[in-house]
Amino acid sequence: MSSEATVTAANRPAGAPAGSSSPADVTMRLWRGDASGGGFVDYTIENLGGEVVLDVVHRIQAEQAPDLAVRWNCKAGKCGSCSAEVNGKPRLMCMTRMSTLELSEPITISPMRGNPVIRDLVTDVSFHFAVARRIPAFHPGPREADGTYRMAQVDVERVQEFRKCIECFLCQNVCHVIRDHEENKPAFAGPRFFARLAELEMHPLDTLDRRELISRDLGVGLCNITKCCSEVCPEGIHITDNAIIPLKERVVDARYDPIAWLGRKIRRRPSPTPAYVTAALAPAAATGEVISTEPAPRATS
Amino acid sequence: MAEYESHTLDVLIIGAGGAGLRAAIEASATGARTALVCKSLLGKAHTVMAEGGVAAALGNVWPEDNWEVHFRDTMRGGKMLNNWRMAQLHAQEAPDRVLELEEWGAVFDRTADGRILQRDFGGHRYARLAHVGDRTGLELLRTCQQRAVSLGIEVFMECKIVRLLTDATGAVNGAVGFWRESGTFVVFGAKSVVIAAGGVGKTWKFTSNSWEGTGDGHALALWAGADMIDMECVQFHPTGMVWPPSARGILVTEGVRGDGGVLRNSDGERFMFNYIPDFYAKETADTIEEGDQWYENKTDFRRPPELLPRDEVARSINSEVKAGRGSPHGGIYLDIASRRSPEYIKRRLPSMYHQFKELADVDITVEAMEIGPTCHYIMGGIRVDADTAATTVPGLFAAGEAAGGMHGANRLGGNSLSDLLVFGRRAGQYAAEHALGRPDDVEIDRTQVDAVVGHALAPFARDGENPYAVHHALQETMQSLVGIIRTESELLEAREALDALEERAAASGVEGHRQFNPGWHLALDLESMLAVARCTTLGAIERKESRGGHTRDDFPGPDPEFAKVNMVTRMHDGAVVVAAEPLPEMPDELKTLFEEAH
Repeated sequence: MSSEATVTAANRPAGAPAGSSSPADVTMRLWRGDASGGGFVDYTIENLGGEVVLDVVHRIQAEQAPDLAVRWNCKAGKCGSCSAEVNGKPRLMCMTRMSTLELSEPITISPMRGNPVIRDLVTDVSFHFAVARRIPAFHPGPREADGTYRMAQVDVERVQEFRKCIECFLCQNVCHVIRDHEENKPAFAGPRFFARLAELEMHPLDTLDRRELISRDLGVGLCNITKCCSEVCPEGIHITDNAIIPLKERVVDARYDPIAWLGRKIRRRPSPTPAYVTAALAPAAATGEVISTEPAPRATS
Repeated sequence: MAEYESHTLDVLIIGAGGAGLRAAIEASATGARTALVCKSLLGKAHTVMAEGGVAAALGNVWPEDNWEVHFRDTMRGGKMLNNWRMAQLHAQEAPDRVLELEEWGAVFDRTADGRILQRDFGGHRYARLAHVGDRTGLELLRTCQQRAVSLGIEVFMECKIVRLLTDATGAVNGAVGFWRESGTFVVFGAKSVVIAAGGVGKTWKFTSNSWEGTGDGHALALWAGADMIDMECVQFHPTGMVWPPSARGILVTEGVRGDGGVLRNSDGERFMFNYIPDFYAKETADTIEEGDQWYENKTDFRRPPELLPRDEVARSINSEVKAGRGSPHGGIYLDIASRRSPEYIKRRLPSMYHQFKELADVDITVEAMEIGPTCHYIMGGIRVDADTAATTVPGLFAAGEAAGGMHGANRLGGNSLSDLLVFGRRAGQYAAEHALGRPDDVEIDRTQVDAVVGHALAPFARDGENPYAVHHALQETMQSLVGIIRTESELLEAREALDALEERAAASGVEGHRQFNPGWHLALDLESMLAVARCTTLGAIERKESRGGHTRDDFPGPDPEFAKVNMVTRMHDGAVVVAAEPLPEMPDELKTLFEEAH
């Protein structure tokens, strides 16, 4: 066993509980059910210490409930698949250490309430993918003469903050506008996509104007700045302060002073605003169809 | 197909990570009816876990860099077992693929004059990795995802493909899978199928891979008659987390070392200076003083041995731990805290800072990290034609980690993201060309479909043991008997153990119903992992030498005879067989690049 001996040294203590007061067993109260209904089921399992919530859920799956439905991929906080509500708080299960929870009480895990349930902890996230399809893609101007695009680090950093997003959709889940208001969904993109839109709007190379879409079809005005989205973001993206508020300001600027906006756009880039920027002004289909970024006739004056 | 949902396509791409998305973008651009199918949600693929960067000889930081240097580094890193033509195309085309990402919205870190910044990585002579902090894979995947969405490419999410379908001539013409959400079956008819399903890490116990890394792509191709090559060449990344147990195996980017981090044993010694192999002696610093000066001056000083290729570093760590100089949890120390300022560390390595803080309660700006080798990547894979990504089965193409040859016996860090882009694009292009040359839609053989469906549902009718238990046993077997250091007796023991595990898997049963049932999904993934384990074990038995990611205790050195062959595994009469077959020979003009080696 040459390989095993090397990396799993016998001197490693068996996973001792994190604190001396940690109980020998923990009770996990998991929501089980599907779209037609369900309820909480308690599973009592050994407390091994040093684990995250997802580890314990996996052990329940392996030992007690093999058909327990849960999404997960990377188990390292990088893919955003294992979102759930742990003791009522929206979290990534893979990044929630058991030692941070009160283990003498049952730990409640329920599916994200903002999405329809499919089964157990798995929810229907198709709304978010449909919104993604409504956003006109990045559209850069021409390259420099030497074939490169030049951007200063300081200018890309604010864009990079939004591109850290792992699409866990926790922000969408806690947003008051849609959490308990299914009827608002067709007219509201949600925080994740305001971050995406802010990223595109602030990208030094992008040439499209999406502000009409942002205000009229994607409903940035509905956000009342409660900052719940920023609080739950596992990547620490300042969604409200750095994305939504600047978007609200830009939209207002556009309404009242289109000439000033055009002036800023032209100053910012060497290239003239191309004809296809008008494509973004076409109304977005609520059915989630792809918006063409090809040249299109101006839809509004 | 009255009873089954069915879709008729020109090109079906299995896997929506970097390679699959890049293939889809290319295939779709030709006008071919293209769709992606993936086991998870779109945007969750293992590509997001890649941290350090994408290797491309852009020459932005070191103008001396060019494709020939990158080609040479890649071949040497792969211990010359690479398919030379793949390594050449990769080095030549990677810069264009990276620049293209920028056109689609990727936002790489910048140089002072506003171009793409490049960072140092093991085995690369110059700072060559375009990057975004330490989350480059996420940037690459999101960029390709957003591009694919903007092109309106169809993505079938959370769909597990069970088997490929073939026509009377043996050519691939589709696939059968099921929706994980509902458990209902779906049939895809396609003139070309591209396998871009990633890696196999879940076959081992300690791995950096996500749950999807079960070797589905390898197994689908194998079962459809394709050749695998060099499946024994598995990369154990030197730096995975070792503590706490739940975090064991999670990747710690090589960027930590590229940015100044060093490896120390329990005596505080920078032990890598004791492990510089002759093959790299000329280009590696032999004193701490010289190594430390290299970060600032690459012209006059040689690189520190912490930046040797991954196979060398992983073996050295292994030896230190074995000699009793390991950390309390069986790893060694990776120290950047004593070497760089907290501000620098947080700016360059934000995800690593976050990961250790959240999962291990360790502040890497203050303390050293405990790390050890973790199963990370398989260099071996489906045998492909270098230019077209075509496998040995007509209509079937492969790209990314699922394809073999590009990386030889060991992959350099940063070369996987560039591999995805270069060969993802080629696979998409040639799969579309193949499909568009065939005017009539494919005819699906209903009998095959029924057989696959029957096979997939069989676990529900059995009351055998839980597939989780069989998976656990497989991981233990591969970790202990076919791990980082191998020997004949253990490999033979593994081969026998696999016979027994295959029987256990075939008898295992699942509870519940078909709707989003992870136990059932695992029962089917297990078949793929067992197929991969078989190929790796057979290749490892036959390759009686040590080369790159394949280390034999009983044959500790490289053997020039084995340098000339691929270990080929394929199905024959229902069983996997292995044979040594000659490696494609490099043309003389490229051989001269290795004569002037430094």
